[in-house]
Amino acid sequence: MQDHSSPTRLFDETVGPKDAAPKPYGQTRTQPVEPVTIAVELSINGKNYALLLDPRTTLLDALREHLHFTGTKKGCDHGQCGACTVHVNGRRVNSCLCLAANHAGDEITTIEGIGNSGALHPMQASFVECDGYQCGYCTSGQIMSAVALLEEPVGPTDADVREAMSGNLCRCGAYQNIVAAIQIVRGKA
Amino acid sequence: MELFQLSRANDVQDAIKAGAASHTAQQGADVRFLAGGTTLLDLMKLNVERPGRVIDISRLPLASVEALPDGGVKIGAMVRNADLAHHVLIRDAYPVLSQALLAGASAQLRNMATTGGNLLQRTRCVYFRDTAMACNKREPGSGCAAISGFNRTQAILGVSDACIASNPSDMNVALTALEAVVHIQGTRGERSVAIDDFFLLPGTTPERETVLEPGDLITHVSLPRLADGSRSLYLKLRDRASYEFALASAAVIVRVTDGRVSHARVALGGVGTKPWRSREAEAALVSATPDIASFRRAAADALAGARPQTGNAFKVELAQRCLVHALTLATRAA
Repeated sequence: MQDHSSPTRLFDETVGPKDAAPKPYGQTRTQPVEPVTIAVELSINGKNYALLLDPRTTLLDALREHLHFTGTKKGCDHGQCGACTVHVNGRRVNSCLCLAANHAGDEITTIEGIGNSGALHPMQASFVECDGYQCGYCTSGQIMSAVALLEEPVGPTDADVREAMSGNLCRCGAYQNIVAAIQIVRGKA
Repeated sequence: MELFQLSRANDVQDAIKAGAASHTAQQGADVRFLAGGTTLLDLMKLNVERPGRVIDISRLPLASVEALPDGGVKIGAMVRNADLAHHVLIRDAYPVLSQALLAGASAQLRNMATTGGNLLQRTRCVYFRDTAMACNKREPGSGCAAISGFNRTQAILGVSDACIASNPSDMNVALTALEAVVHIQGTRGERSVAIDDFFLLPGTTPERETVLEPGDLITHVSLPRLADGSRSLYLKLRDRASYEFALASAAVIVRVTDGRVSHARVALGGVGTKPWRSREAEAALVSATPDIASFRRAAADALAGARPQTGNAFKVELAQRCLVHALTLATRAA
């Protein structure tokens, strides 16, 4: 049990800022930055979209909040969970760590671009067949990762797939079935 | 995230000119180059980095891997980690680099992260990443919350009273063992810096991590040709099997001639405040017989200067075992 009678010392007071007045952090900003919006044209799932964006807007937020491609999910927002995985020019990336404005001219593909409920992508169909999800929140990222993996130099075994999919976390723990779904599409099951 | 002005550099000179307006190229820079974004945007979201200007350099024509006439390789700063790891020139001649890259991050991040950006990858120290906490690296003079805090993952080599943050990169460990050279263009022209000199020890100025000055742009990295008959290998130990930073890692290049080690290069990861070249281990290995006893002596020499904290004394032993195992695998009969 922790003793709550005295405050926990988070850092050594001999080296920490004891009575120092809080220093304005970021004295490095030599001049204030005026808020601006910038015009960005994005190509998503084969269609062009003209947007006016705050330069801070990530590709993930542009997709979800501005264009309502809500199939792509925001999990950690720091490139640690893979829920936001989309394809840029055919390669899988974490859209939460991309600035939307940097991707004018790139071909962006989201989960909405690879299939629909009437015509599933083989990977989507395989996830359904293998029950490769539980709550579904990570699923679009898992599927976008899995589709990209088909074009990457990945070895044949289940262990190879697990390694190649390690950037997509699933809190429900559907990993076994996700690997099975991918291996069926690769013809390695 | 703070507001910033975003622009794209049309060429290298354009980038240098924009970068030169910053008062520093180190922690707290007011102008930042954006390449893959995997470190910078992450830290900007945490307000650990707060540049007023961001210069997109991702489309500069620095994305090729080329064979050099002397047998070495030239790697452009914008080459993505995934492309580098799978490039035939790297896979065949420098397996240690390919292995290190593939041991790092995830497939998505490796598709984004660049060679130049990975050189400048920042520490994962949780106190550096949390603006509520004291951190001499983030805010000079504020103290180090890690020294008396949770320091299990921090460095044990090259530490100072001001900072014990470990360098998290796998790529940089391999590049250090390979004696890579970092090529920089800046306001005063071009220069080349040996990788071991490129990274600085924290000392009393942990906010300074590299020799980069305002306007400096890493254009490429070159690797010397490896000696014929040498074998290279990267071994990484971590808390889970994939997608995790190293607790300890080792990059080794070793050649055995007539039953004796005739050439050795050793670098350690996860344990140093910079990618840790161990000339002590190399000296112990050369002329020794390639066996466990020699490897253990070399590993003990490599860690002799370790200064562990309350939570990471285990790394002293772990790093030695990591190096011994890497040397064993690298010298095993093919």
